[in-house]
Amino acid sequence: MLLPSQIEEIIVANLDCSFIEVKGDDGTHFEATIVSPLFRGQSMIKQHQIVYQALGDMMKQEIHALSIKTITPEQWEEFNKS
Amino acid sequence: MTENLKIKQLVDDNQVLLFMKGNPKFPQCGFSSLACQVLDACGAKYETFDVLQDPDVREGIKIFSNWPTIPQLYIKGEFVGGSDIIKEMYESGELAKLISPA
Repeated sequence: MLLPSQIEEIIVANLDCSFIEVKGDDGTHFEATIVSPLFRGQSMIKQHQIVYQALGDMMKQEIHALSIKTITPEQWEEFNKS
Repeated sequence: MTENLKIKQLVDDNQVLLFMKGNPKFPQCGFSSLACQVLDACGAKYETFDVLQDPDVREGIKIFSNWPTIPQLYIKGEFVGGSDIIKEMYESGELAKLISPA
């Protein structure tokens, strides 16, 4: 069964991120929160495409559903202040 | 290539088009269902295309938009996003604006 930690490892290996958390314990549905400087100045579509790209073929096969929340380091700082 | 043309035609012919699994009455996936709920909440008039009925479009749309998942929302021929983005845009009020410009 696919574990959230396995998805985390693959994203971390392929994407420069300062924070990542993947949740989901049924092996098919996952929720990812990712903070990366690569998201700066990008549209939401592009930000999600960056994450999908990092996951590569996994999106086609193992992962049935992945909710993605993309956050820039600046947004993340705002988040944690409030 | 023919799938691409077909998809292009579909998104050009429909002002608001949602590629989904199932239909608004009987969505076959929670994310497709969510997308419909959000569009309904905006009072949007939209068409849907059930990718489960057409395997070529189901695969073709992923290449067309460089997006690996369904649902996918198109407004005025442009790819808007998948369910996470649709939901966020609904919450920020952006989606309503995009659907019915004041």
